[in-house]
Amino acid sequence: MADPPTAFERFVQGILPENPVYRQLLGLCPTLAVTNGLKPALTMACSVAFVLLCANIVISLIRNLLKPHLRIVVFTLTIATFVTIADRFLAAYLFQMSKTLGPYIPLIIVNCLIICRCEVCASKQSVFTAASDALGQAIGFGLALSSIAAVREILGTGMLFGIRVLPEVWPDWVIMVLPPGAFLTLGLLLGLVNWIGLIKSRRAS
Amino acid sequence: MTNLRNSNLAQAWLVLVLAVVFGTTLAGVQMKLTPVIEANKIRETMEKIPNLVLDPASSPSSSPVPGAEDLVIQSRVIEVEKNGIITFYPVYDVQRKDGSPAGHVAKARGQGYADKIEVLVGLDADGNTITGLFILDQKETPGLGNRILEKQWLDQFVDQSSDTPLVVVKSGAGGSEPDGRSDGRIDGISGATISSRSVVSIVNTTIADIRPWLVLVPSPEPLKNKFGNKESGNKKNGKKEEIKKEET
Repeated sequence: MADPPTAFERFVQGILPENPVYRQLLGLCPTLAVTNGLKPALTMACSVAFVLLCANIVISLIRNLLKPHLRIVVFTLTIATFVTIADRFLAAYLFQMSKTLGPYIPLIIVNCLIICRCEVCASKQSVFTAASDALGQAIGFGLALSSIAAVREILGTGMLFGIRVLPEVWPDWVIMVLPPGAFLTLGLLLGLVNWIGLIKSRRAS
Repeated sequence: MTNLRNSNLAQAWLVLVLAVVFGTTLAGVQMKLTPVIEANKIRETMEKIPNLVLDPASSPSSSPVPGAEDLVIQSRVIEVEKNGIITFYPVYDVQRKDGSPAGHVAKARGQGYADKIEVLVGLDADGNTITGLFILDQKETPGLGNRILEKQWLDQFVDQSSDTPLVVVKSGAGGSEPDGRSDGRIDGISGATISSRSVVSIVNTTIADIRPWLVLVPSPEPLKNKFGNKESGNKKNGKKEEIKKEET
């Protein structure tokens, strides 16, 4: 068996080569649901980053105590705790945003990205590696979410962060901020990222 | 010895320890943050009240309505006993600066599809007409049930008479009367029958419960109640309002 990836490799892989959304197709529920504006998307990305980092660190700390058949229970318990903390914090300090995101913050518990990182990396590698893996994956997730959100917000409302960027004559494509827009944008961006990857690998060979 | 080691309890000790640790942490977080979250909710309620009482048609529901700063809001609690169960309705009586009543806003909650739905119902000064409806808290299904938040749907309640209970009709089947009033009928949201019915029934129950106590006329008891509250509550609430405005 090959050596497990080092901390640095884990970090870099998460950002693009193994991007959670564009490569692993994980965590698609928030990707589709909260990307109708850049603000909710970034809040979601930060919450996921917090949960992912904390869960990865805790799981990595107790990795030698884990019983194989009970590990999923421990993962879920840990993730649920940090999600609840994140949810309460948003409700206390970003009240409007917490109302906008509604049930999607509690739904981070079932975001398969986090449980996947606990299983693949944190339950097998050191705390430092697990933390850098979490950071890399979180940045990758944040990039994916904000790229989709930026496309949808610009085309759907002509605005970015609520500030107008396209001229007034732009006919707002309302469908882009509605659910179908999420699927269209995700599909097209997914195609684009894979196409670029394909061209790159052809050039290399 | 091996027996003990293989028992379920021994295997699950980590899960149990983690559950206790995490549980304690969450209890701490909850204790620390609940006051802040409650304050947020109260602030939101106070900000919404003017919109629910003043003419909502003339202004978008998000921004403060013109004339909102001239309102004095007093709160009281109406107790209603029905079938041995006492329900408490926090009611906010809104008056203009000159003392003329502008309307009432009641906070009510009831079971929705997923969880409790909390609403603010605005009534005019006599309690005869609904002047606005706002959903404070809900956890309905995203995309279906949570469409009860949409302004277009909530606007159906505005100007409805509170004499007869509102009924939910199939989406589109009720339609508005030619003069724009929809006669006690609320279009249900397709795919969210239970959520739409819940909101309508919360509104109906609230109005039926509190209407007799809203205005100063009928029996002496609510009269006393209201005056008693006015004297003690007037200054305090007026002050609270001013503080709130400085903050915002």
